[in-house]
Amino acid sequence: MADWDPSKPILEIKNLSISFFTRLREIPAVMDFSCTVMPGEAMGLVGESGCGKSTVALAVMRELGKTGRIVGGSITFKGRDLTTMGDEELRHIRGSEIAMIYQEPMASLNPAMKIGAQLAEVPMIHSGMSKDEAWKLARQIVADVRLPDPDRIINAYPHQLSGGQQQRIVIAMALMAKPALLILDEPTTALDVTVEAGIVDLVKELGEKYGTSMLFISHNLGLVMDVCDRICVMYSGEAVETGNVTEVFDKMRHPYTQALFRSIPLPGADKNARPLISIPGNFPLPHERPPGCNFGPRCDYFQKDRCDAADIAMDPVPGDDRHGTRCLRWQEIDWTAPPAKREIKEKAAVGRVVLKMDDLKKYYSVSSGAFGGGAKKVVKANETLSFEAREGETLAIVGESGCGKSTFAKVLMGLETATSGSIMLFDENVQSTPIQKRNTDTVSQVQMVFQNPFDTLNPSMSVGRQIIRALEIFKFGNSDDERRQRMLELLDLVKLPRAFADRMPRQLSGGQKQRVGIARAFAGGAKVVVADEPVSALDVSVQAAVTDLLMDIQRENRTTLLFISHDLSIVRYLSDRVMVMYLGHVVEMGTTDQVFSPPYHPYTEALLSAVPIADTKVERKRIVLEGDIPSAVNPPPGCPFQTRCRWKSQAPAGLCETEVPPVQVLEGGHQIKCHLTRDVLAQMEPVIKIAAE
Amino acid sequence: MLIFIARRLGLMVLTAFVLTFVVFYLTNLPPNLEKLARSEGSVRMSDEAVAQWIIDNGHGGSVLGRYGQWLGVVPGWQNVDEKGVPRGRCFAAGTDPAAAPRYCGVLQGNWGYSTFFRGPVLQNLGEKLAATGWLMLWVMIVMVPTSLVIGVVSGMREGSRTDRVLSTFSIATTATPEYVSGVILVALLASPVTGLSPLLADWGWIDGKVLFQGAASPDKITFWSFTLPVLTIALYGIGYIARMTRASMTEVMTAQYIRTARLKGVSFGQVVMKHALRNALIAPFTVIMLQFPWLLNGVVIVETLFNYKGFGWTLVQAAGNNDINLLLGCSVVAVFVVLVTQLISDIGYVFLNPRIRLS
Repeated sequence: MADWDPSKPILEIKNLSISFFTRLREIPAVMDFSCTVMPGEAMGLVGESGCGKSTVALAVMRELGKTGRIVGGSITFKGRDLTTMGDEELRHIRGSEIAMIYQEPMASLNPAMKIGAQLAEVPMIHSGMSKDEAWKLARQIVADVRLPDPDRIINAYPHQLSGGQQQRIVIAMALMAKPALLILDEPTTALDVTVEAGIVDLVKELGEKYGTSMLFISHNLGLVMDVCDRICVMYSGEAVETGNVTEVFDKMRHPYTQALFRSIPLPGADKNARPLISIPGNFPLPHERPPGCNFGPRCDYFQKDRCDAADIAMDPVPGDDRHGTRCLRWQEIDWTAPPAKREIKEKAAVGRVVLKMDDLKKYYSVSSGAFGGGAKKVVKANETLSFEAREGETLAIVGESGCGKSTFAKVLMGLETATSGSIMLFDENVQSTPIQKRNTDTVSQVQMVFQNPFDTLNPSMSVGRQIIRALEIFKFGNSDDERRQRMLELLDLVKLPRAFADRMPRQLSGGQKQRVGIARAFAGGAKVVVADEPVSALDVSVQAAVTDLLMDIQRENRTTLLFISHDLSIVRYLSDRVMVMYLGHVVEMGTTDQVFSPPYHPYTEALLSAVPIADTKVERKRIVLEGDIPSAVNPPPGCPFQTRCRWKSQAPAGLCETEVPPVQVLEGGHQIKCHLTRDVLAQMEPVIKIAAE
Repeated sequence: MLIFIARRLGLMVLTAFVLTFVVFYLTNLPPNLEKLARSEGSVRMSDEAVAQWIIDNGHGGSVLGRYGQWLGVVPGWQNVDEKGVPRGRCFAAGTDPAAAPRYCGVLQGNWGYSTFFRGPVLQNLGEKLAATGWLMLWVMIVMVPTSLVIGVVSGMREGSRTDRVLSTFSIATTATPEYVSGVILVALLASPVTGLSPLLADWGWIDGKVLFQGAASPDKITFWSFTLPVLTIALYGIGYIARMTRASMTEVMTAQYIRTARLKGVSFGQVVMKHALRNALIAPFTVIMLQFPWLLNGVVIVETLFNYKGFGWTLVQAAGNNDINLLLGCSVVAVFVVLVTQLISDIGYVFLNPRIRLS
């Protein structure tokens, strides 16, 4: 390390190309990728799944598996070429000089080893530290990543910690040897937003404290803006635009970057007046890339015989800070022009009440103890849920994992029966009728679109057959021909080509599968559709298209849509009313405008401030919640949110700990379940401010 | 934990009742009893005499009643035969019926009289079980470490040459039933006329005529007599457990936490020993415990083949000689061995895998 000058880049990747070799062919995963990370700098790698961003990260670690190989270019770390380094030398760099933080903390920790042992291993290998000293250091680092009770934690097994705590442990593990470069591969994707906010703060703070450089991989543009100094946008194995974060966000010079920003719901987007613009077409498969510009076939500015003539090189944008774009036409395009084809849609009128829940409760009883004995405990998954949903309305249900939103969906669908309370569906009581006993009409009227389109289609049945099967179950039509006809119409409805009827699910992309899922849900003319995180498993550019499709079908059929999500940006974009849940309680309910502007429930306020927004003009107040969501098995007494609430001191003394707050109805029917007085609520400031242009 | 064990024990007892009843019913079918009468009484008995013999010897009445007597919850039968001698379940012919206990069944420790051994079932069965226990102990000592090592070594680098060689070996051994591998081993190593032994004897490398002995006896356990029976049983199990261990090991080696460990800079040996091994052994543990009941089956063939007088041999003799009480005794033992090993396997599983909770 002596011959390395700290003013030089810590990591320099030059013209890197990586291929995976299968029996059939060589599949290029990354082509001609270059980037430089200076000491103390945070570099963000952004792109959709399959664009090669994780491959770049793994190549830096030289961990490409048996099939992957670096076929060209160089990766220089502190002046030494990693691509030609021997195994033994590499082993010394891994973990001590370059450390990595992974997407799924649970899977990255050894389930059968104590946390302390996993942490202490790092200094024991790299600096020959004794076991006692290493454990002491582990304890100290665990305290550094702000985990409570470090002595208990280092003696725990991974499964005894929550997701957020596990991720902090993975971070602690990476920091054990004080590495010079930290690679973070989607570190917060598996976590809740409020937990994510805490982790992001921690990473930023530790980066400053130890002067660590970072390579931050994410598909979330807002997060990258929060964390990184520089950004590199990747598309189909190539870096298409790179530069300083503010320059790329404000003065983007590549059509893909522009299209990406137009497809994410930023504040100000609206489903009727300013709908999102999805990127047409599909991501090219690695072995079917078009000649010339990879983005060409989906690009609005495509010129034949020019964009598809030859490979395109990175072109620097003069005057900016190392800003470059892989576009031939960037100087010709008018980047300030508004998007051409934004169609304005009419707002659908809201009709009569179709679904009414009153005081709904759902409790589960679970037993503790390794052999099934032990005390029985009650999990209160839903507490006193009351609301109405009207025809043609979109009601969003927002909350973090464990807040009871999925339980609510199960009870409504009839997969579980309610403990008490009532559910009125078109003047029919369904709260205690399980789905097996519901009649076909009721079942076909309430349908669900599931979160993960990859698991919800039968892999051995063709798409058309699956939809026909749903029609058969709903007793639709009298003959197979009739049902087949209806199936084709449904494919039209979800904008899939009719030829897809004979395809198998594995031949479809994620977005297409989700469209099939939607077609199936609407097969019986559903009146109420529960969409459980329908787009969270999809890429940003596809999300916009699927959301718009749902909205279009809703406008046409006047369906009531219950949209369950943790993503507040998309909720703000498409819902009419919002219901915020925390630990089984509805803490706030009102129209979208009411919920997204003050007065807030303290939890909503924190939730809003935790969502990263990819817009440099937006100013956001940071409120980081301490700790994790309490367990539903052992909820705190009084207000469920009191353990993390920052407004607690302003509420009437002692009430928060002892009494469940009453529902206050503010003007316009805006409901807040809080002990804070109206005066205090009225003093709240907006979390998000959009700076004047 | 106590509740769990109590519940499992209850279930075990219930299973034991059902299974023994099934065996009892099948062994006490009328043709069986007739055969018994002719072998115990006289081959030339008339049909009427056979019927009388069955009733005189307590095999009359309902099946349930007789099952109850065998269990010891129904009073034992008593009657007087044609010669005027009082006979009964609970006393030998010629002794005073009044002094005998009312109940005498399995629960009272009376497992009946074995017509094959000409003695009480319990004592004979105990001896044979002990003999099989020694055989099984050696099988386990050979089989478990070998198979785990083979499985781990072939699983840690999936698709490598070592993996392919070891996998081929494991598949070949599991695919060979004991009656084939036993015969091959005997022919190869324990025959004075074929295989290796005559060659070795010619060269003067061995003293006797054969390298290993083709028969074994529980009274004299030596390396030379025990190698072949132990190997015959173990070979099949080695292949099977090694395959399971390999599958589990390859899965663990592709897990993300193994990648984490590698990217921490842990060397390959340490990755295998410290990170992969414990996780990879969870699945084979259940398989190994499942081998116990299977071993009981396996010994039937091997003990007969090597004329080793153990549990399996006893089972074959009991069935071949229509020894009802001995057969019933064997089934009780088998049921308990199976159920107890399953209980141990479930409890051990919880301790190996910190995430598991049983209910």
